[in-house]
Amino acid sequence: MNIIVCAKEVVDVSEIKTDPKTNKPILQGIDKKISDIDKNAVEEGVRIKEKLGGKVTVLSVGPSEAREYIKELLAMGADEAKIIPYADTGDYNVVSTILAGAINNLGYDIILCGEASIDLFSGQTGPRLAQKLGIPQITYAKKLEPKEDTITADRDLGDKKVTMESSYPVLISVTKEINEPRLPSLMQILGAANKPIEVIAHSSLVSEETSVLERIDIKGVSMERKNIIYKDDIDDAIGKLVENLAKDGVLG
Amino acid sequence: MDFELTDNQKMIRNMVRDFAEKEIEPVAAELDEKEEYPHDILKKMAGLGLLGIIVPSEYGGAGLDTVSYAIVIEEISKRCASTGVVTSVHNSLVSDPILKYGTEEQKKKYLPLLATGEKIGAFSATEANAGTDLGAMETTAILDGDHYVINGSKMFITSGSEAGIHIVFAITDKEAGYRGVSAFIVESNTDGFEVGSIFEKMGINASLTAELIFKDMRVPKGNLLGQEGQGFKIALGTLDGGRIGIAAQAVGIAQRALEESIEYSQQRQQFGRPISKFQAIQWKIADMATNIEAARLLLHRAAFAKDQGGHFSKEAAMAKLFASETAVKAALEGVQIHGGYGYIKEYVVERLFRDAKITEIYEGTSEAQRMVIAKNLLQ
Repeated sequence: MNIIVCAKEVVDVSEIKTDPKTNKPILQGIDKKISDIDKNAVEEGVRIKEKLGGKVTVLSVGPSEAREYIKELLAMGADEAKIIPYADTGDYNVVSTILAGAINNLGYDIILCGEASIDLFSGQTGPRLAQKLGIPQITYAKKLEPKEDTITADRDLGDKKVTMESSYPVLISVTKEINEPRLPSLMQILGAANKPIEVIAHSSLVSEETSVLERIDIKGVSMERKNIIYKDDIDDAIGKLVENLAKDGVLG
Repeated sequence: MDFELTDNQKMIRNMVRDFAEKEIEPVAAELDEKEEYPHDILKKMAGLGLLGIIVPSEYGGAGLDTVSYAIVIEEISKRCASTGVVTSVHNSLVSDPILKYGTEEQKKKYLPLLATGEKIGAFSATEANAGTDLGAMETTAILDGDHYVINGSKMFITSGSEAGIHIVFAITDKEAGYRGVSAFIVESNTDGFEVGSIFEKMGINASLTAELIFKDMRVPKGNLLGQEGQGFKIALGTLDGGRIGIAAQAVGIAQRALEESIEYSQQRQQFGRPISKFQAIQWKIADMATNIEAARLLLHRAAFAKDQGGHFSKEAAMAKLFASETAVKAALEGVQIHGGYGYIKEYVVERLFRDAKITEIYEGTSEAQRMVIAKNLLQ
């Protein structure tokens, strides 16, 4: 089974603060990591390999210094990695075009992606990639049952649950609930140093980078307290509170 | 000159940080409260190779450098200082001397048991009347045929009641003073090995600290570590390495105090604004962070010096001295920044405050560290 997992380096969004004056996120000095859900995808890839045999290749479009983070995925059990340096990973159309270009040069049975990256959370790269490759896709998988010729996936669609089956090749995006990514042991971390990481220039993969995303601004969500205290009679107070919440559109 | 950690060191830090957050943090307060040894945590740590960090791969360990080791102890201690010291003693004070002074047979027999966590290690040197002055020990070992017969007792032994493998120090030649001390590898299932009291402590409550009693305990001659009379040298050399572990534990405690203080001070509102807006709090945070940074640099420098193979006694003593005093100060300020809440058990700074103090005492008091440093400078 040839398994490709797409993984993205992101800033650790839990550490981001916004500049109080401009309301823009301060990205300097923020730790980076592999997007959490992409780690779930790697874990699932390694589990499929453990069950059916084969090879797991990590593919990452992002800054080339991501080696340190990519090595973590190799320590988890991926066999090799290919990094395609590209500075602006925010445009899902460009990223999926680059990924498709790289994947076309590789053999594959399953492509695994996280349902979305934790930084921009567009959730579009996976589906666009499947469309560009012209292969079936299953999104939001929370359980996979891989067999020799087909794979079954339980999908969580919020209000309903669906089970789907596909032949290979197929692209599957996974949710965070699908598994608990393993922690590599010290020996596996040391072993990862010997696994190959190839750097591929993006210019060799796409002739025309069609950016579809126009970025107007990135701002933090400001949460200011109104500090209104309702002191009157309790029934009156509840009435006023509900009225004000409704006015603010907080109540449906 | 490069202050960056290597890729491997960063990956190890991230892995241990994740592990400690997921597996240690949820149980640390309870283990402390109930004075329960972290058996389950140690089992999981063994699976990740964390009980054989410095043991070479041919003996079942990861064979890592000392800076990586310091990183591991710091990250573990950030969440649980008790597990931190148990891990430090196991690696630094038991595996390390066997590796350095053991025969090939001893290494093959004991290092894999330690590296895989099948047995936990303890360093049994301290006695009721022999602390900093180890030469004053009274436990004796008398050669009788193929065995040494050991009699005496030991005090304040970390993991004493739980460990399967002990490095025991005893007098083989009463006339020779500190040159009459020898070291032995002792299995806890040896006849005559008894656990006495388990001490109730101020802090690091999950690391059980025991009294040991040896009554005509017969230890095979082949379990002598190094040569007869080499025990004092082994103890001092081993403690140099141990101090790197304790310095790392102290940096972990201090770092946690800082992180908790930053978070709390930004949330706690007094006089209509977060207390982090007050200069009184800002200066405390700035001083804590600066001292921690300095302590960590001394620690990594000492660890690096150990790996270079030369003399690192002064560096290790400086790192341990400064880091432990930093931990005590940081924990003290951490409680102060938390105000009344800091005195309540629900807040982690309360535990850090109790855990920090021991780092100034064990594996050489701050006074002993100053003696070591001065001796290195003035001899």
